[in-house]
Amino acid sequence: MRSFASVALAVAWRGIHNAFTNPAILMPSLLFPLFFFTAFAGGLSRISDVPGFDFPAGYTAFQFVFVFLQSAAFGGIFNGFAIARDFESGFARRLLLAAPRRTGIIAGYALVALVRWAATAAVVFAVALISGMEVLGDPAELFALVLLGLLVNVAALLWASGVAMRFRTLQAGPLMQVPVFLTLFLAPVYVPLDLLDGWIHAVASVNPATFLLEAGRGLFAGEPTEVGAAFAIALGAVALLMLWALRGLRSAESAG
Amino acid sequence: MTSPLLLQVTHLARRSVVRTLRQPLNVVPSFLFPLILLAVNVGGLESAARIPGFPADSYLDFALAFTFMQGALFATTNAGTDLARDIQTGFLNRLALTPMRSAALLLGQLAGVVALALLQATLYLTVGLIAGVRPESGILGVFVIVFLGVLIALAFGAVGAFLALRTGSGEAIQALFPLFFVFLFLSSMNLPRNLIEIDWFRTVATVNPVSYLIEGIRSLIITGWDAQALALGFGLAAGIGALALAAAGAALRGRLARS
Amino acid sequence: MRDAHGIQAEGLAREFKGGIRAVDAIDLEVAPGEIYGFLGPNGAGKSTTVHMLTTLLPPTSGTARVAGFDVVREGAQVRAAIGAALQEAALDPLLSGREHLRLQTALHAMPKAQRRQRSETLLERVGLTEAADRKVKTYSGGMKRRLDLALALVHEPRILFLDEPTTGLDPQSRNALWSEVARLAREDGVTVFLTTQYLEEADVLADRVGIIDHGRIVAAGTPAALKAEIGRPSVEAIPADPADLAAVARTLLRFGAPVPGSPKGASVRLDGGEEALADVVRAFDAEGLHLQHLQLHAPTLDDVFLAKTGRSLEGAGDELDAGPEPEPAPATA
Repeated sequence: MRSFASVALAVAWRGIHNAFTNPAILMPSLLFPLFFFTAFAGGLSRISDVPGFDFPAGYTAFQFVFVFLQSAAFGGIFNGFAIARDFESGFARRLLLAAPRRTGIIAGYALVALVRWAATAAVVFAVALISGMEVLGDPAELFALVLLGLLVNVAALLWASGVAMRFRTLQAGPLMQVPVFLTLFLAPVYVPLDLLDGWIHAVASVNPATFLLEAGRGLFAGEPTEVGAAFAIALGAVALLMLWALRGLRSAESAG
Repeated sequence: MTSPLLLQVTHLARRSVVRTLRQPLNVVPSFLFPLILLAVNVGGLESAARIPGFPADSYLDFALAFTFMQGALFATTNAGTDLARDIQTGFLNRLALTPMRSAALLLGQLAGVVALALLQATLYLTVGLIAGVRPESGILGVFVIVFLGVLIALAFGAVGAFLALRTGSGEAIQALFPLFFVFLFLSSMNLPRNLIEIDWFRTVATVNPVSYLIEGIRSLIITGWDAQALALGFGLAAGIGALALAAAGAALRGRLARS
Repeated sequence: MRDAHGIQAEGLAREFKGGIRAVDAIDLEVAPGEIYGFLGPNGAGKSTTVHMLTTLLPPTSGTARVAGFDVVREGAQVRAAIGAALQEAALDPLLSGREHLRLQTALHAMPKAQRRQRSETLLERVGLTEAADRKVKTYSGGMKRRLDLALALVHEPRILFLDEPTTGLDPQSRNALWSEVARLAREDGVTVFLTTQYLEEADVLADRVGIIDHGRIVAAGTPAALKAEIGRPSVEAIPADPADLAAVARTLLRFGAPVPGSPKGASVRLDGGEEALADVVRAFDAEGLHLQHLQLHAPTLDDVFLAKTGRSLEGAGDELDAGPEPEPAPATA
């Protein structure tokens, strides 16, 4: 256990150090969520005039929750890019050779993803508050939302690391990104589920991301809904994707 | 021994078109991604058509124009990374040692952009028509949409070429892609400018030339023949293209630095 | 007077930002039909010189005439007379070999009928006929270099510039390229300006050699003449018992100054020339030292470089920035 922890912390230290001392690494993951928040909450605020839109905390808060969870997901993906880059440069081989407990390497990367996302989420939250966003959830509900975000972040990182370790090249980037992008955007991004029509309503109704979004928005508005289902989905995804990542690690080990 | 300009342009254009079409990993996303985003946005924002004052009955009619802008963005990065690769591999030096004229290289390079843009425009329009879009400007309007779409792609391709010649780096072009994306989003892409509630956002969208490029194409679909929108769309596309071509030409002369 | 096949440079220099003089006022002359080897370590100024002579980079000072034309004032005429295969293979990975040749012949305004013929001739000459329709990204390093050479020859240039043409190639590909270069000079009368960091390449191919270091030419002449300047051979001795190394080295030092050699043995430059070898053997016998290996080495171009600069050519580039000589950027970029 001690060697697992020491490997995880060592890998985490490197990733966090590199991210926070290299603006070129940190800035995109900070700026992109801010940009999406601005574009959606700012550019689409008139959506609150659509008959049937009745989110109690307003459109800014409605979009904030989406951007919150989206940044968690993409934060995990960006760290998957970092893993792929490490394999391409040969640095990952150094880690595999040195680490007594190699599963600690994945844990280390996950820690990096969590820390980076925590910084991003804090910045986005601060900007949203400054822009006048209403927060109707109580501390426990907000904590639950943060937990949900953490699980999404870890799940995305596990997905991306599994891809990265199997392909060991940055060219697998789109394979990491596109499924997550589609999963997120085939959900009620701009309007609630009951305001969607046609094929998108059918798809969003069965999309697991919808449960996460609706639960997250409910927690933020102080009207929790489907929270149990959302956590079950998030935890289930983490469990499944952990297997995926571990199998990816075996694949990387056998490639030498 | 000097080649006529037209002959050089023809051969470099052929190379540019062949090279573009031989990169499916670059070409296919430029077709698919705008359509996927269109489907997602239309599905998610269909209810926006019920906002009082919304200028179209269907959100699809409103949103189709945006696919052309996205296609243009891909044109920027493809043209830029192709030319940057020529610089990095030294192929530009090889061309510089022939009687090739600088103008031939640029014009030939942009031929690939035009080819791709034509295919994209045809695809987007076809999908739109199948999904029920009926341009108010009629059959002639369809051709004008394609023409304006290609002109916009050409203008952005010239921007990509300028950036490539200035930086000599494909990675730099890729790194600038998000910046262009920001320009696209801070426009009248999702809602008409008069329905953007947030003041600063509306101001940015009003000064952003991308808004007028989108509105030029959009007007042909949802309005008919709007002289002002068309004048602004065509004028800005031509203006951006001319500026970018001039800048690219100067950058190319500097990079070749031949006696 | 125009020399249609020669190269002359006088005081040629190139300074970059920050005062870096990559080429420091060099004079050189290449006679028509000659293979001139331009030898030097990484970062010595070889590629910068080639870029100036091929008009890709304007000199900061000095003059140069290539094929009788001034490189600054008559650039277009120079380019029409030369072919160049530069340090990078400079190929488009998405085009096939044949498509490259088609493009190159067209850019040189060759009549259509002649383009195909010329392309096929060159493909055959460099042994790429079978691979001609494959995309260049599938080619090996040797194949890329051969295509590069073919493209440089498209318009039958009078002067050919080859910038480190065999770097990274396997011995077989290297020999094949050497054969072709020698044939071009011998049979077609092409003047070849060849830069290299490989001693053997300069020794085997070049009629005359110029050695450049830190932007200056430190030696020039035929390989034989340069080596003869050094004059004396060196002898290398490896003891049968490694514990005797110090004793072997002490014995050898009586016959000349030490020179670099195998780490398992000792080497000196023989003051008395080849004739001293017998004395060396007798000395080892007298000391009771048994040798595993004793060899006489004739002077090499590395010895010439060492004599002129105090450093060995092989490994001399390592002390400079890692990697090949940086691609000189155009002045205004």
